[in-house]
Amino acid sequence: MKGEKKTKIVKTIKIDVDKCNGCRACEVICSSFHSSPKYSSNNPSRSRIRIIHDPIADIYVPVYAGEYAVAECAGRDKYIIDGKEYDECAFCRASCPSRNLFKEPDSGLPLKCDMCESDPTLDKPMCVKWCLNEAIVFEEREVEVDDEVKQDELEIGLEALATKFGLNKVNELVAQMSAAKKG
Amino acid sequence: MRYAETGFNLEIDLTRGSIERVATDPKDTELYLGGLGTNAKILWERVSPEVDAFSPDNLLIFAAGLLAGTMAPGCNRTIVSTISPLTNLMAFSMMGGFWAPELKYAGYDKVILRGKSPELVYIYINNDKVEIRNASHLKGKGSIETAEILRNELKEPKAQVAAIGMAGENRVLFASIEQGRSSASRGGIGAVMGDKGVKAIVVRGTKDINIVRPVEYLKLCNEILEFIKFREKNPIPGVIPILGVLGSPQEMAIHDEKWHTENFMWGNARTRRKDFWTEDVDKSWLETMESSRKRLISCYNCPMKCGATIKVKDLPTYMMKCFSKLTYTMAAYSDLEFGLTIAQRATEYGVDGYSAPQVMAFALELLEAGILTEKDFPDLPSTNEERFFYLLDKIVRREGIGDILANGTHSAAEQIGNGAEAFAHNNIKKQEQLPLKLSMLNPIYYLMYATGEKISITQIEGQFPQGPFATIEEREEFCKDWFQVPDDKFKQILMEWEPRGEKSNPYFPTVDMCCDIVDWQEKMHYIDDALGICAGLSSFHMKAAYHIHNLPKFISEGAGIEMDQHILSKAAKRYRTLVRAINIARGMRRKDEKPPEDHWKKRFPELEKELLDAYYKFKGWNDEGIPTKESLHDLGLDYVNEEFQRRGINNENSSDAPSKEISNKTEGEKHEG
Repeated sequence: MKGEKKTKIVKTIKIDVDKCNGCRACEVICSSFHSSPKYSSNNPSRSRIRIIHDPIADIYVPVYAGEYAVAECAGRDKYIIDGKEYDECAFCRASCPSRNLFKEPDSGLPLKCDMCESDPTLDKPMCVKWCLNEAIVFEEREVEVDDEVKQDELEIGLEALATKFGLNKVNELVAQMSAAKKG
Repeated sequence: MRYAETGFNLEIDLTRGSIERVATDPKDTELYLGGLGTNAKILWERVSPEVDAFSPDNLLIFAAGLLAGTMAPGCNRTIVSTISPLTNLMAFSMMGGFWAPELKYAGYDKVILRGKSPELVYIYINNDKVEIRNASHLKGKGSIETAEILRNELKEPKAQVAAIGMAGENRVLFASIEQGRSSASRGGIGAVMGDKGVKAIVVRGTKDINIVRPVEYLKLCNEILEFIKFREKNPIPGVIPILGVLGSPQEMAIHDEKWHTENFMWGNARTRRKDFWTEDVDKSWLETMESSRKRLISCYNCPMKCGATIKVKDLPTYMMKCFSKLTYTMAAYSDLEFGLTIAQRATEYGVDGYSAPQVMAFALELLEAGILTEKDFPDLPSTNEERFFYLLDKIVRREGIGDILANGTHSAAEQIGNGAEAFAHNNIKKQEQLPLKLSMLNPIYYLMYATGEKISITQIEGQFPQGPFATIEEREEFCKDWFQVPDDKFKQILMEWEPRGEKSNPYFPTVDMCCDIVDWQEKMHYIDDALGICAGLSSFHMKAAYHIHNLPKFISEGAGIEMDQHILSKAAKRYRTLVRAINIARGMRRKDEKPPEDHWKKRFPELEKELLDAYYKFKGWNDEGIPTKESLHDLGLDYVNEEFQRRGINNENSSDAPSKEISNKTEGEKHEG
């Protein structure tokens, strides 16, 4: 089965670590925007963007809060870029047990960047608006999505299940699920 | 709930080792705002004039400005107030960076240190947990080194650290407090910290700062950002580049130093080198700047990039801003690479970048003049550059001659005697000044130098142009969008101000106009110092982002204190007068209020007297510079008057003698620095 070509909008933030001057305005305005009522308080430790920085080592990496991770990584790598040594965590977006980043300071609940979702929609996230040095730049990209890709994924998944549990078991389960839905 | 401020101070008694969290009185915020204002109130109430800088009863106050840490861009200043060991007057040095907002997030507006710790300690503030901890392992460490060690051993990479180096530990009277990105350098406040036995204050905070009317406050903040963007694209025409754009002078961004190197004095504020900036110099300084500067850096929540990370060859990295780039270079008659190299060591030691180079140049002049001899400098190297390193090392350790030099040029000259006093020629109220020597008296600058209790001219000047524009067209162009003025009369003065002829320096602006202009400029700085706003976006600039028309709104929408231009001006006058009252009680009088004798070649004693008389009167001070009973009453400072009476300080109003008419003379005019 061939899928229709579709397009969708992907929201992207381009991070230029060379342009970051470490002012942390992004942290201020992010935490202000997400306070309730909006802008009524600020607190960088609640911010969903944090600058990982070490001024003496000349390291400045703005990082956005991503998914919550239950466990920390087993091993952690080091990256050396332009002679500067970065901890893997410097680029990681996860709210994870290994660090205090991206957690509400009171409750410990994970934080995640929502691109300043609001009604009415903002033309770009507040952190980007407040970064006058353009270290973080918002871009909306139109990308083509192919339905076929999803079909492929389904097939690969089913095949893996069939290999593991046998095709009969999979058939039985699909039949049961269909019946349950109808019922 | 308290807005913008936290409503709590930390009171730490180092002698007893006690720590208290004390709620502050909201009424004080209303009357004295915060930062410098409330610091002055505390010093007035708790440090009597008999207490000297190194007494356990002296307080060392670290304050976050009222709006520091809020959304307001560039609102990040820490105001450090104490009694200066250099001047025995109130010192209020300040620093940008990240420390003040962090203190607010930890839940405090101020840290107030009193007493003395018997052993070297550091203070660790982590939200509600505050501890005095042993710092014996940090003894003799550099200020940046100390910060790095503490952040690592506490596993708090996000903690902010204010630390002293060896100079502070050894009570060098021009020792600074360093914060990596910034430093509070003037008045020897680092020596007070060292005297109290405190190596560093580490702060980490994760609490909220609240704003009373968020939407309105955000709008004000956005307007600041819009103005910053506008000014970056549209520098003010017709003024020197560092005044045409916002920020602290953009010394880190540029390599072209023709203006400073040819107009400011070299050595011990001695020599002007009018043809210094050659093509070769330009090329070599460009190379030095580009190879040493790793990145331009900002302070907290500010898009300006006034600082830089500097790494010279294989020396440790440090951070720098503004004019310390040139003070060592010029004092030693050397080049930029030397300046950046020695500044690395000086930053770790923690010394004032204005005073330290001048003290060293002063010592070498005394040697040349035979007042000091080679016996005073055992094993002195031969080149100027090596000698500066040699002297710096001696001073911060208080070794040999360094022990005397560590007291600053004024006291060192007194101790050395034998004519050394004449070499301590660039001081105001015992403190070293920028190395400027000019021709024609500038009446505005005369008043600012004479009466400024902040001691550094760059922290007093700013709102009004330093000199007249040549043509009417230029003046009109300048006035066109000059909405920052509190009153249109300032535009009128600028329109009439001529480079030469009747309406030029020193008799124009007239005495009355000068009073108005100086009062306005000073007021704007005092407001910034209470709110924690950087002068680089505000009072240092002629057309600033923050000004008298939007500042009251920031206070009312942010802190919820009813405010307008009039109330704000009065509050600023109140704590400005309190600063003066502290100094008056400590013996400061009219005789102390004078610029260096040789600041201008052409002086006008009669005019200067008239200026000072008129300005004192304008400020509500008597002819000794003492706030009068009436003016104190008007500001709600009757308690100051009572104390003056109790101490027998005569603050009677001076006689209302009519001011003399002075004919205008035609004298050439020199652009003030």
